[in-house]
Amino acid sequence: MTDLETPTDLKDERLIGRQGLRGAAEGLLDRVRGGDLGVLPVVIGLIVIWSVFQALNPIFLSSVNLVNLTLECAPVGIIALGVVVVLLVGQIDLSVGSVSGLTSAVMAVFFVDRRLPVWLAILAAIVIGCAIGWVYGQIFNRFGVPSFVITMAGLLGLLGVQLWMLGAKGSINLPFDSGLVAFAQLAFVPVWLSYVFVVVAAAGLFASGYAHARRRRKASLSAVSTQLLVARSVLVLIGLGVVVWYLNQTRGVGWMFVLFLALVLVMHYVLGRTKFGKSIYAVGGNAEAARRAGINVRAVYTSAFVLCTTLAAVGGVLAAARLAAVNQSSGGGDVNLNAIAAAVIGGTSLFGGRGTAFAALLGIVVIQSISSGLTLLNLDSSFRFMVTGAVLLLAVAVDSVARRSRVSHGRA
Amino acid sequence: MPILSLSGITKTFGAVAALTGIDLDVEAGEVVAIVGDNGAGKSTLVKILSGVHAADSGTITFEGGQAHIATPADAHRLGIATVFQDLALCENLNVIENLFLGQELRALRLDDVAMEVRSWELLRQLSAKIPSVRTPVASLSGGQRQTVAIARSLLADPKVVILDEPTAALGVAQTAEVLNLIERLRDRGLGVIMISHNMADVKAVADKVAVLRLGRNNGTFAVGEVSQEDIIAAITGATDNVVTRRAQSQERLRQ
Repeated sequence: MTDLETPTDLKDERLIGRQGLRGAAEGLLDRVRGGDLGVLPVVIGLIVIWSVFQALNPIFLSSVNLVNLTLECAPVGIIALGVVVVLLVGQIDLSVGSVSGLTSAVMAVFFVDRRLPVWLAILAAIVIGCAIGWVYGQIFNRFGVPSFVITMAGLLGLLGVQLWMLGAKGSINLPFDSGLVAFAQLAFVPVWLSYVFVVVAAAGLFASGYAHARRRRKASLSAVSTQLLVARSVLVLIGLGVVVWYLNQTRGVGWMFVLFLALVLVMHYVLGRTKFGKSIYAVGGNAEAARRAGINVRAVYTSAFVLCTTLAAVGGVLAAARLAAVNQSSGGGDVNLNAIAAAVIGGTSLFGGRGTAFAALLGIVVIQSISSGLTLLNLDSSFRFMVTGAVLLLAVAVDSVARRSRVSHGRA
Repeated sequence: MPILSLSGITKTFGAVAALTGIDLDVEAGEVVAIVGDNGAGKSTLVKILSGVHAADSGTITFEGGQAHIATPADAHRLGIATVFQDLALCENLNVIENLFLGQELRALRLDDVAMEVRSWELLRQLSAKIPSVRTPVASLSGGQRQTVAIARSLLADPKVVILDEPTAALGVAQTAEVLNLIERLRDRGLGVIMISHNMADVKAVADKVAVLRLGRNNGTFAVGEVSQEDIIAAITGATDNVVTRRAQSQERLRQ
């Protein structure tokens, strides 16, 4: 190959050239050896968890149970998505559970007690979620109080507001015939449409990858081969197709889960492909460097808190809709820790600057699988807490070991 | 007329006067070296020009108009680019992301192809030895990081470039590259401010040397007309100082 034909980014003679499917597989193996594990530990963990529970109770991997699992994932998963954003800027929000509880109470009071239209009640909940994050951001930026403390105060204070709003009776039931409850419990994607989604996803992945590769070749940069793109899309097509087919054996794919996936994809785009997303990673990696590069660091912190509490509000409303009720324990119990644990188990660093939107999806599937499996075994929540705690510790330990390996392999 | 002109810049940190009444002129196409001992206020001056700290008093004139530099974004907008001593890179981001940080192309749908092409162009201009622009900066060596930081300062076609200790972490060949680069910037008509402890580098590329001592101006010299001893005397504040005494004692030993 002459130098003219070598893509600009592969001219350095120290680079190890790899081509085709085999090269891609070798590259992947190299990355894993270097501690750049990506989603591998979570996927392996998930396989182990699923195998164990399936062996203990054959209902676990049944279509019915998996449909339930997807619906259970959505509300807390959406909250976890917000937690990912806050963790990426190197901060934490311990109050997501209370925020989701309070906003669902706001929604229920407006919708049931005040008889406002449901969309207005939901909007009010989301606006309040948004406002809470804005207040966190202001306190954080102006007074420099650690986010750990601000949100701990929020955890208690907002729970108090929730209890006060619910008043003496302590719970509000949502009418079953409202669109909101129907959406969370009964709305499933029609079978034909679910397959259309799968095809669109695989085709879209290929089309965007192909267009991108063509632009890179035109700019004489190296690009992924069409062969690899096809292979990737076919894998996605088969993988998603099998999952959707299996879920369609019973109730199918819930719209609520589709909403969760859509939010994950939007967040993935925002974090990876926009200027705002890069500034989130930059602030999490080195806030002072970001500031000197002209990024408005305070605005980035505020928007991260706002995104987190807003998504917590959305998750809270969906959780209430799924339960068809809001009560004093809405958003309490393990919601808070599950959301944070999901983000961390999915591979978001607690130290900022590392992680993706898919962490929320993978992490919550792991957590809900454990919860669902233990419920099927008739083990009560005491065991669930213990097992989830152990898994969280394991996930962080794997991440720490991988980080050490990354440093020694120059990938940090 | 100077492109950048400071007059009476003063900055205090608590009870410490870091800078007192600093005057400095930088012409287009001129390399001005700022030298001084540790604590002379060099880095503080850099931070004021780049918008990291605001000056307490004094005026900054840029291209004939009075300029107000309150934030790093203000400095960017004027056309003052800074390479900080600590480089200010994000280790978790790759080379392209660091180069374009805060100045990404197409905010809502990043044009990564154009950014990568431009990155390679910049790095080639600097004869950079970076095998891949898609690796995180954490995996680069000190010299490579320095090159990335310098490349970043050139991205937005600045009019004045400030380099804080640009050669401190570099090897022999890379130092020469950076010095060549500084000359290239000057030939393109940029004003260059270089902070350095290395007298050889200063003599090699600077047109003018401004000496700071304890936060005050202590003389400005044209490089062609001044000896290294004079500069050191201005830095330490006396002709009888630890450097000259050491030189004399060495001389005596040799005799």
